[in-house]
Amino acid sequence: MAARSSHKGTVVLVGTRKGLFVLLADPKREKWRAEGPHFLGQIVNHAVLNPATGTMLVAARAGHLGPTVFRSTDFGKSWKEATSPPAFPKISGDAYGWSVSHVFWVSLGHPSEPKVWYAGTSPHGLFRSDDDGVTWQSVDGFNLHPDRAKWLGGSQEAPPDGATLHSINVDPFDKKHIYVGMSSGGIFESFDTGSTWRPLNLGCAADFLPDPNAEYGHDPHCLRVHPAAQDVVYQQNHCGIYRLDRTAAGGKGRWLRIGENMPKEIGDIGFPMVLHPRDPKTLWVFPMDGTTVWPRMSVAGKPVVYRSLDAGATWQRQDKGLPPAQAWFTVKRQAMTADQHKSVGIYFGTTSGEMWASFDEGDNWQCLMLHLPHIYSVEVITR
Amino acid sequence: MSNAAPAAYLFCRGDHTLKVTLPTPLVEYTDGLREVEASGKTLDDLLQDLDRQFPGIRFRMIDEQGRIRAHIKLFVNAELERSLGAPLATSDAVIIVAALSGG
Repeated sequence: MAARSSHKGTVVLVGTRKGLFVLLADPKREKWRAEGPHFLGQIVNHAVLNPATGTMLVAARAGHLGPTVFRSTDFGKSWKEATSPPAFPKISGDAYGWSVSHVFWVSLGHPSEPKVWYAGTSPHGLFRSDDDGVTWQSVDGFNLHPDRAKWLGGSQEAPPDGATLHSINVDPFDKKHIYVGMSSGGIFESFDTGSTWRPLNLGCAADFLPDPNAEYGHDPHCLRVHPAAQDVVYQQNHCGIYRLDRTAAGGKGRWLRIGENMPKEIGDIGFPMVLHPRDPKTLWVFPMDGTTVWPRMSVAGKPVVYRSLDAGATWQRQDKGLPPAQAWFTVKRQAMTADQHKSVGIYFGTTSGEMWASFDEGDNWQCLMLHLPHIYSVEVITR
Repeated sequence: MSNAAPAAYLFCRGDHTLKVTLPTPLVEYTDGLREVEASGKTLDDLLQDLDRQFPGIRFRMIDEQGRIRAHIKLFVNAELERSLGAPLATSDAVIIVAALSGG
């Protein structure tokens, strides 16, 4: 079933393990309905709409038939596969050549380049499209970097769902400046559109590495660059919540663990992170149990969102409307987002197929939908 | 998605044409057809010809390094064939199987 291209209001794209679902609301966000699924039975890791061109991209894994990107220019009425999906350069000779297992993340390029997209894959790979997702090229400065293998470690360090390149953020103030996150591998940045790269992990803990002060090898879960304030960067890491102080280390930057200010009984482990679209000091996280064997679920079975209004100096608990007990939510790294409304809406999807939303910046929560498949990603657009 | 080959194309590919049976996950590339024809003196040639007719179908079976994807099995006359360089005769029948696992 296709989503209506004429829809005016809020649109939530929900990528799941079994397809893409679209939730549509009126401009006041009071009445909701669901459409879909698109790509029933196929894994949708991420779905993103380009507001400048109207093109929607879906990062999919077609069953067991490998990775691809689908695109729609009519808001889901019809879909076409990318004519050349993300793929690593073919390697000749005895060297091992990587092949993309799944396209995990898609991001828009700089606003001045409305047809540019980036894609992150598993195993770690970075790809770029200059034609609104029709064709994709390897960012060889990353994919063929001579130190790439050292950055990423061995396969035994890969997270449970595979090693991923995620959190691709193009600096809104410098189109050549790109951040990426790798699980595991760390945060890296390029100042020349991907030709050269340097690690950006100073100050970030890596308590699973022999050298806790390692230059790379960290495990960022979600990196967010503020869309309107220069050099405002936050990350939810395997080892806590951080804000980047760009003035430190001679301007190279150093991470400050703002998660130290979270309640100790909650901790600062989680996967997603959401920034306020206008206020650079406001952000939300969804804490999860990262103790012992890493259950990766709501701490003590009590789902809660934490918000900071002062760049992580203090945090407020926000759980009104969420289940009070025996609710074992897991929220994946790209499954929580914010809209652009004056009273910002916050949305998250759980691995148990529930969609939750708050229309007053986290103060009150309501369940939008139950019984969806395992949710991988949530993105929102206001049209 | 409609990737059906122009009818005229099917009649001018030369005389090394074989019948190919496809698994259901691939029929979105062939407009629903489970059986198609393709030509090639090797399996690799045959898959290249399939891709000319049905763009994108080869990448669902063969990765960017030229390796057969893990869940794809290629059978020639009911014999599992692991080499893309395997020669084909016009009397051969090719069956492509997509294994399923997980839930």
